Amino acid sequence: MLQEHTQTGTPDTRISDDPQTDDEPLVIDGVALRSRLVMGTGGAPSIDGLAEALEESGTELTTVAMRRYSPEVGGSLFELLNRRRIRVLPNTAGCFTAREAVMTAQLAREALETNWVKLEVIADERTLLPDAVELVDAAESLVADGFQVFAYTNDDPALAYRLEQLGVAAVMPLGAPIGTGLGILNPHNIELIVSRANVPVVLDAGIGTASDAALAMELGCDAVLLATAVTRAQHPARMAAAFRHAVTAGRLASAAGRIPKREHALASSSMEGRPDL
Amino acid sequence: MAQYPGRHAIVVGGGIIGLAIAWEAARRGHRITLVDPDPAGGATHAAAGMLAPVSELHYREEHLLDLTLASAQLYPDFVDRLTAAAGQPVGYQQTGTMVAAVDAADRQSLSDLHQAQTRLGLQSERLTTRSARRMEPMLGPQLTGAFLASADHQVDPRAMAAALQTALAGRPDYHRLTARATGVLSMGGCVTGVRLEDGTTVTADEVVLANGLSAAGMDGLPDGLSLPLRPVYGDILRLNVPQALRPLLTRTVRAVVCGRQVYVVPRADGTVVIGATQRENGSAGVSAGGVYELLRDAQTVIPAVAELELQETICRPRPGTADNAPLLGRCRGQDGQDVAGLLLATGFFRHGVLLAPLAARLCAELIDGAKPFMDVERYRPDRFVEEGAL
Repeated sequence: MLQEHTQTGTPDTRISDDPQTDDEPLVIDGVALRSRLVMGTGGAPSIDGLAEALEESGTELTTVAMRRYSPEVGGSLFELLNRRRIRVLPNTAGCFTAREAVMTAQLAREALETNWVKLEVIADERTLLPDAVELVDAAESLVADGFQVFAYTNDDPALAYRLEQLGVAAVMPLGAPIGTGLGILNPHNIELIVSRANVPVVLDAGIGTASDAALAMELGCDAVLLATAVTRAQHPARMAAAFRHAVTAGRLASAAGRIPKREHALASSSMEGRPDL
Repeated sequence: MAQYPGRHAIVVGGGIIGLAIAWEAARRGHRITLVDPDPAGGATHAAAGMLAPVSELHYREEHLLDLTLASAQLYPDFVDRLTAAAGQPVGYQQTGTMVAAVDAADRQSLSDLHQAQTRLGLQSERLTTRSARRMEPMLGPQLTGAFLASADHQVDPRAMAAALQTALAGRPDYHRLTARATGVLSMGGCVTGVRLEDGTTVTADEVVLANGLSAAGMDGLPDGLSLPLRPVYGDILRLNVPQALRPLLTRTVRAVVCGRQVYVVPRADGTVVIGATQRENGSAGVSAGGVYELLRDAQTVIPAVAELELQETICRPRPGTADNAPLLGRCRGQDGQDVAGLLLATGFFRHGVLLAPLAARLCAELIDGAKPFMDVERYRPDRFVEEGAL
């Protein structure tokens, strides 16, 4: 006998064409973000090319290196972001000491009137890996100074936890070093960071292609931040669209309850319980 | 033949673009007044002068090849005429450009670009690293790949600007005003001249704005015209090669060094030019970090760079636009018709030196009242409409 069907397709559970609209927004510091893709701007070929890519990405939050772009220059990136009403997350890229990072954050707060900052303190030019000690020092100072700190960090669960305890608004572990496009080198650590975190976890850096972003979301990250993978792609707008879909797909999959991985095959239509036709 | 011979044109801006336009228009029998407080002192003074449509190809900017290839073709003739008129050299060299990769990812990215160039019918030849180093023995051993763009040449922008000034100075129909123009004058919807910083005015039949970034700040531009010019600063170095190391190179070498771009351009006098950064941080001085990065990357490709004498470090802003393409030609006024008497030639960004002969010919033809030799509608200065203005 066939099992009796329970009611299906209630409006609450139906998946629309644009699942992004159904999802609960990511809320940081009281700001609700419907897109879980955060875009960087470094390496963009042109302002128009960047505008097109940002449009296709659907992003609502974009990070800009304060050491590379001056908000005072007309016709610049900032005007574009303003026009598109995309929120700016200034970052401290290019800073090697806690002191430089704190000063850059303060300048950004003054220039852009935001207390949000993506804190990036780099250990060396060759790897661009975060310097854990300087990062912790800078995070502590900035939190005390009233900043909402988005801490770019190593894929180190202990360090991520420490940053959270110091009061950062979000932890942003790297998938791989900046600009490498190597994907997520230690998925286990990312999962561990997510499992312990009480603040949003944003996978930041190392993303190469769409599947990397989907994986980040499947691992439970709250959002993905990337720049190079789009801005240096041969067709940035197309790649941005791919990432929009990938982040949505990964987010849906993470909430859909994946099947366990099995050693042996299991037929999708089992022989048992088949109706006699 | 010119439809309107003997007109008076004011060229605002004496960089390589303005000078080339002035000379071409003067040659065609127009009377020229060039207005610039410091001719050839801006981006022209900094530029390396690579004429490189092939190796400067960027993805999603393939349409610019219309302009860059056409102008590269105009170069030999333009240079011949200019050299004859001025009686001085312009440093034009047709020795080709080598493009080199340093790590495996650089090789991959150059290989991808090579495919795109080939698809577009551009001439780019793959070299083995050994043959590349036989051609340029000063290249370091850590190259991973190399290509040769034989059609990418070079000129010395300072020498070319000087030759243009010499050629112009000898003409009775040429006047130079060492002054800054602050605005354009209009009457009845037509542009009739310019206003100078000291308040005096100069009238003319045609005004050409070739003043780079300053074009956007001119008073009296047609209503609604938005010129989204922004400064993209470039640090660039000039070095002397000691006798023992000459020639350091026999052709221009561009390289991708761990994802970063650097080029080394050898001049006929034995010096080399190393460039260039692209900064939008609003800082007009030479960047220490920029100089460091250029030297570091150049030395990675050519170890002997460390033995050179650093002669000059300078920085100038390039006039960038939102789509990296120039603002070229006429623009519409409020009535939807092209504003008479006004021409724009700015926003050349990385391509100013390469596009100078093309800008010169187009603008001179428009001053003539003739139909331009090529269609540049897509580069109209009025293509950017302020969002919200509609």
